[in-house]
Amino acid sequence: MDFFDRFAVPHPSFAIYASMAAIGLTIIAVIAGLTYFKKWGYLWREWLTTVDHKRIGIMYLLSALLMLFRGGVDAIMMRAQLAVPDNTLLDAQHYNEIFTTHGIVMILFMAMPFIMFFMNFVVPLQIGARDVAFPRLNALSFWLFFMGAMLFNISFVVGGSPDAGWTSYFPLAGTEFSASVGNNYYMIAIQIAGIGTLMTGINFITTILKMRAPGMTLMKMPMFTWSALIANVIIVFAFPVLAVLLAMGTLDRQFGTNFFAMDNGGMDMLWANIFWVWGHPEVYILILPAFGIYSEVISTFARRNLYGYTSMVGSMVIISLLSFLVWAHHFFTMGQGAFTNSIFSITTMAIAVPTGVKIFNWLLTLRKGKIVFTTPMLYSMLFIPLFTLGGVTGVMLAMSAADYQYHNTMFLVAHFHNVIIPGVVYAMLAGLHYYWPKMFGFMLNERIGKWTAWLLSIGFVLAFMPMYISGLDGQARRMYTYSESAGFGPMNMVSFVGAAIMAIGFVLIVYNIYYSTRYESRDISNDPWDARTLEWATHTPVPEYNFAILPDVRTNEAYWDAKKNGHVLFKGEFEKIHMPNNSGIPFIMSCIFFVWGFSFIFSLWIPVILTTIGIFACMALRSFEQDHGRYISVKEIEETETNLRGA
Amino acid sequence: MSQLFPMKQVLGFVFSILLTIIALAVYFLDMSFAVGMTILLVTAFIQAGLQLVVFMHAGETKDKGAIYTNVFYGLIIALVTVFGTLLAMVWDM
Repeated sequence: MDFFDRFAVPHPSFAIYASMAAIGLTIIAVIAGLTYFKKWGYLWREWLTTVDHKRIGIMYLLSALLMLFRGGVDAIMMRAQLAVPDNTLLDAQHYNEIFTTHGIVMILFMAMPFIMFFMNFVVPLQIGARDVAFPRLNALSFWLFFMGAMLFNISFVVGGSPDAGWTSYFPLAGTEFSASVGNNYYMIAIQIAGIGTLMTGINFITTILKMRAPGMTLMKMPMFTWSALIANVIIVFAFPVLAVLLAMGTLDRQFGTNFFAMDNGGMDMLWANIFWVWGHPEVYILILPAFGIYSEVISTFARRNLYGYTSMVGSMVIISLLSFLVWAHHFFTMGQGAFTNSIFSITTMAIAVPTGVKIFNWLLTLRKGKIVFTTPMLYSMLFIPLFTLGGVTGVMLAMSAADYQYHNTMFLVAHFHNVIIPGVVYAMLAGLHYYWPKMFGFMLNERIGKWTAWLLSIGFVLAFMPMYISGLDGQARRMYTYSESAGFGPMNMVSFVGAAIMAIGFVLIVYNIYYSTRYESRDISNDPWDARTLEWATHTPVPEYNFAILPDVRTNEAYWDAKKNGHVLFKGEFEKIHMPNNSGIPFIMSCIFFVWGFSFIFSLWIPVILTTIGIFACMALRSFEQDHGRYISVKEIEETETNLRGA
Repeated sequence: MSQLFPMKQVLGFVFSILLTIIALAVYFLDMSFAVGMTILLVTAFIQAGLQLVVFMHAGETKDKGAIYTNVFYGLIIALVTVFGTLLAMVWDM
């Protein structure tokens, strides 16, 4: 039995046993359902082995929504625990685990796949390509991310969750203070997902640089594609840092090295330092594609071309460079001198300038526009004021002297939620509503959508504005409870009410998907929003080859020109199209990675060695495989095109 | 003949071996830490550049602008990271 003891949860409670039962029942239900409806073959052929960027995108979306609810439940539990003084809903250990997993799940397993979904689904369509540059690598990216996320998520029922914060600072995260396997999960699961993300970065840079439609020069790319390009450049430069950092953390925890130890020549602050060398660019990896989506949505629904295209691109390039120059502002109070803090203060405040340029460009796009208030536009209009508030408190935090007052309080928590929720989450929801008809052939209900947007915004303001005040009054972040005499009670109760309203908003999104699937009209055109860029020029649903004839592009709004100025997008005859074959290797290899990661976390070295051999065998198999793809004949294209045009 | 014999690559190979020997000398000859470190850093950067240009064919295609931009961008970020870390963790502590 000794062998199995290691898998036990160190701090069990009724909730954890209930989750175990729920997870078990869900797995049985899924297997039974797939068998009963005879969907195993369909699942394998159409989804698990697919290399189609659109389907991979949809799988990213499903994972992101799933993780949104996992992270959301964590958030509600935290707010419920803090709602009244001296609450005993959660004990300290559970609270630690919950705020840790909330952070990691929301950043790495919710926001990241959400932007990956947009990049996968939108970028090839927007640049008039038939797929990404390396379709099979793309599938591998997705499955590595997915297995990393699943590995992380089983931590709370097998062996215990990480509990040292999403930043996992050493020495707290070291074996001396965190002996359980929880922080091994952190190191290994994020490592596996991070490898996938790095591959996506390389894949999309190549796609955008090499596979644009004829005539689309760099400065004629739609804004979302530009933002995706810049975000992927940041990924390629930032994620190797994370990989090295996690490897060093793993060595420290499992192999007795002393990189982040307090003695033996180690330096515990180095973890915080390297973490933020990756962590700060990561923030911009999330926000830049969000800005790209806002640019598309605002220009579509203001019925105007985007104001200041060149300055938009320029400000993103500057942000990408500055994002690597500011990381020390995350630890102003760690003991470095005023000289260093001043440098990082100034670089941090400098970021407000290009960001401000973008805000003004959006406002000037709206000026003299014929604004249509659809749900995506409503999210964008709520984004501008709320995000600006978050940005201004960011400049407050950037002043290193004043930061001694704000640091490690709820003020900081309020600030970063204030930029991430209106900045990233609203963009994701706006984009979800915007691209839903292109994915599934029907719109999401506008009425429910607008209710959701308002509920989320009211809930957001109620949940996070009180934190600014209680933070200035001294409420520390990550504190699992407080006494009544501290006086934080009323503020935290308001926060809880806000969080509950936001929860209702997120449930409404699910209801909207259900409602629209049942009742919304399927009779929509290829271009239901009267949009401007190429993804709307192809059919709905999008055929697997995207464009029967590659579009000819003259400006950054090629489809608008085709609709209004008589530009001919598709010239010439059908030719046979070369497409990649499906492959099971990415899925199988990622499953092996999952077992590898699990064994590594529990230091089971024999399975680690066997699975390592398995991973290399998969790579060797790929290297010696003869796969030249397949051709779609002209006859098939004609049939598909006639069918889609008739519909 | 001049097209058949890869002069550039052969000279590059000789030069890269020469750089390795110089770097190796740091270990075998007795010199101060500062001098040794300087020699290692200088030879390492020349070596990396040499490999990139001669053997990885940067600059031989028409997208050499993109390749060099990338390399310089990476170099700047690496230097900023290293010196920023030294500043925050060691020099100004």
